[in-house]
Amino acid sequence: MSFTRRDTLVMGAGAAAAAMLPMPGLAGAWEDAIAAFADGGEITDGGVEFTAPEIAENGNTVPISVSAPGAVAIAVFAAGNPNPEVVEFEFGPLAGSQSGSTRCRLAATQDLYALAKMPDGSVRQAIATVKVTIGGCGG
Amino acid sequence: MAEDSKPRVRVPRSATAGEAFEIKTLISHKMESGQRKDSDGNTIPRSIINHFSCDFNGENVIQVVLHGAISTNPYFQFEAVIQESGTFTFTWNDDSGSVYTDSKDITVG
Repeated sequence: MSFTRRDTLVMGAGAAAAAMLPMPGLAGAWEDAIAAFADGGEITDGGVEFTAPEIAENGNTVPISVSAPGAVAIAVFAAGNPNPEVVEFEFGPLAGSQSGSTRCRLAATQDLYALAKMPDGSVRQAIATVKVTIGGCGG
Repeated sequence: MAEDSKPRVRVPRSATAGEAFEIKTLISHKMESGQRKDSDGNTIPRSIINHFSCDFNGENVIQVVLHGAISTNPYFQFEAVIQESGTFTFTWNDDSGSVYTDSKDITVG
């Protein structure tokens, strides 16, 4: 089969449309994950201290720390990762503070969401944008 | 990865009752995310530690649910508050069903 100019254009348009399609799907993935964690609770800003570097040279180990006094659980979501869930801390009766630190992987420059679930079911949120330098060489 | 996962935990030897102190944990683990491909283009199956918990004398301090986005050699830092001397136990569970544990004694003085 030979491609005419028209066929090529149609295929190109189709490919462009196909390339656009996954985008809403991906955007939905992290929103769904956040909604699942919030479990119907109202999400408000503030009340969560979320520390992440502004620029991460190495996307493989990005140090993050979260703290939300009084929270039952804190979860971190990465909007731009193939799987949005990063980590979830659940605090027991002997937790000295509702805080935790770890290191995570980030696929690209993106927003991180830290959500803290309070005992009354409400959810507090903090957002941090991390620029990821791919390759870690500053270029 | 059962044989080369070595947990390391830092807990103070003594603490004051009712005063929060810091605990740091690190375990060597590949944390294969399930996103990488090998040289033939096949996806390398996910193999990560998916759960961590820290308990003191049978009571829970913290539980952590880990996902593929946690770095190689998962590291955690958190705080605990205790009233009496006893033992911290740390448990890591991975996708293959392996369980890694460590424990630390602490004195309340």
